[in-house]
Amino acid sequence: MSVVEGSEAVAMAIKACRPQVVSAYPISPQTHIVENLAKMVADGELDAQYVRVESEFSAASVVSGASATGSRAYTASSSQGLLLMTEVIYASAGMRLPFVITGVNRTISAPISIQVDHQDTMSLRDSGIIQLYVESVQEAYDTHIAAFKIAEDPKISLPVMVCMDGWILTHSYESVAYMGQEEIDRFLSPFEPEHFLDIKNPKSWGSYADDNVLMEFKYAVHQAMQDGKQRIREIFKELSLLTGRDYRGLVEAYRTEDADTIVIALGSVSGTVKESVDDLRSEGHQIGMVKIRCYRPFPFEDIWEAIKGARRIAVLDANISMGSEGAVGMDLKAKLYGLKNAPLLVDFIAGLGGREINKRALRNILQQLDTVGKKPPFLKEPNWVGLNPTLFP
Amino acid sequence: MGKKPYQKKEDYFVSGHRACHGCGMALAVRHILRATGKEVIVVTPTGCLETFSSPYGFSPWRVPWIHHLFENGPSVASGVAAALKAQKQDSVRVLVIGGDGSTFDIGFGALSGMLEREDDVLYICVDNGAYMNTGGQRSGATPLFSSTTTEPAGKASMGKRQIKKDLPAIVAAHGIPYVATASSAYLRDLREKVKKAMTYHGSRYIQIDTPCPSVWGFPSDQTLEIGRLGVQCGLVPLFEMEEGQIKTIRKIKQKIPVESYLKPQKRFRHLFAGKGGSEALRQIQALADRNIEKFGLLN
Ligand code: SF4
Repeated sequence: MSVVEGSEAVAMAIKACRPQVVSAYPISPQTHIVENLAKMVADGELDAQYVRVESEFSAASVVSGASATGSRAYTASSSQGLLLMTEVIYASAGMRLPFVITGVNRTISAPISIQVDHQDTMSLRDSGIIQLYVESVQEAYDTHIAAFKIAEDPKISLPVMVCMDGWILTHSYESVAYMGQEEIDRFLSPFEPEHFLDIKNPKSWGSYADDNVLMEFKYAVHQAMQDGKQRIREIFKELSLLTGRDYRGLVEAYRTEDADTIVIALGSVSGTVKESVDDLRSEGHQIGMVKIRCYRPFPFEDIWEAIKGARRIAVLDANISMGSEGAVGMDLKAKLYGLKNAPLLVDFIAGLGGREINKRALRNILQQLDTVGKKPPFLKEPNWVGLNPTLFP
Repeated sequence: MGKKPYQKKEDYFVSGHRACHGCGMALAVRHILRATGKEVIVVTPTGCLETFSSPYGFSPWRVPWIHHLFENGPSVASGVAAALKAQKQDSVRVLVIGGDGSTFDIGFGALSGMLEREDDVLYICVDNGAYMNTGGQRSGATPLFSSTTTEPAGKASMGKRQIKKDLPAIVAAHGIPYVATASSAYLRDLREKVKKAMTYHGSRYIQIDTPCPSVWGFPSDQTLEIGRLGVQCGLVPLFEMEEGQIKTIRKIKQKIPVESYLKPQKRFRHLFAGKGGSEALRQIQALADRNIEKFGLLN
């Protein structure tokens, strides 16, 4: 165990995965990750081509090009940087390029701010990139190692983004158990894609396709996601065996067995929610939580397994689809529609721009659930947690 | 007898594409790859070349080829080059072949980044002076007073109001070892320049004037002739810069007026129709004269 900064732990994980190409463009709070990697390259500890690009757009393009040439590739970004990568990420998923990105969660302008929420990574949810959210520094370290294995699985072959909350995880110090290089090498074999830009076997990539075949390409990406769920479960199980830490499943169910009320969350807030669950349980509330670890592909089967006995669900969405609701709330409602005994589900927008979600906020959410639970909630949704009404005349 | 039997050249850009008849760009690309040989990976940003060369299921490319997006050709190529370096595949070279839209305009930032990093990529711009696969809109490479669909000539307009962006000069200012201009009408010259560029490592740039019968508006059997007139009148100077110095210049035989180049093209037809045209022609002639002077094209 060593006590390290979250960004350093991520860099250590990446180094151990032996990427051949790393590209970097600065944006807070992602910077410490690529700075750590730069130092490793400078010190000769990491044998990788480190490309210092002129924009995030190019950072994503460089890893795409490297991946298409058959090299393991990595980059990291955040907020506006991820948005600037958006076009590249869509195209890379369409071309089935399996690189790994750390999406360090940070809100999106305007107003400009460097604080955390999930608006940035959620904006990429439809692109075809696999999204894994982590709760702790340890989980960030472990998940990055699994991420390459998931991305490069021949049945999946899609980019993977590990989403970790900015500052809260990247800049905090936690004790982390590192794996040995040999263990990681055994877990993650070298990247040897079947198809790549190869002068001995020339192929054309990124062709033009019309209505005769485009839909089939999109279907193939969707199917890779859907079928990929089982592979991701298996890879997480292997990771559990390797680390001795519990990574079973695409979701983590916490005290849900007999729960009447379940809170669903993603990322670092999950720790706070678990503590609140313990507190509230000791006061007699039958409450539990579900942490979504893999958000795309959307693991509804796994969530349903955990929530089907509950009467009501509160979703904490650290993002908002303007003019509608939070992304996770929408996803779940769509899936629950028409299911027999579907629990009541209420969507809460919480923690935008770093607004604190503490135990008190969670108690308020529970109270709101008590009131909305008595009448149809959907008329006023979503509910904004901790909004300051004095700013609105 | 006595004459050597005709040897078919090994081609890496072959039939199976959908370029218009007489497309100067398709011709240029075939000769670019004759010069590079087959140990190359080609990146092509979105544009006419990408559109006509990659209908799914068909490919004229006999070398590994990738199209990604409109504005990221240079950075995808940087990634390919970095991967090849990581894999120690030193003999495989990287080529971007992009149009003027992706090079002069939308991909300019990525191009500048690639040049500044000195990534080992030969960037070739096949320049037809507008956005052709979308119907001929103005780009930063469109020549003065050309009529385009987004800046058409009309009662109150003579077409494009600005001169063509001087990209070779901007590229050269990055301090890269080799910058050249070429033309589809001078194919041996084109091949030699590509070959020369391949002897260098680091970033290199060649801009090729590729006449487009469809949008410039001339008969498709006139591609070489139009390209030749562009060079001979001085509007398309052909030169090489090595290590920042002009090393070779293709001289012109005698000064021919720009009219003989412009008149056969529909995009300049308005210059010959009304009164304002003569002043416009005078300005274009001045541009040609300036080139003749600056590059010493005549003597
Ligand atoms: S529009 Fe012009 S550049 Fe495009 S294929 Fe046709 S002739 Fe070639």
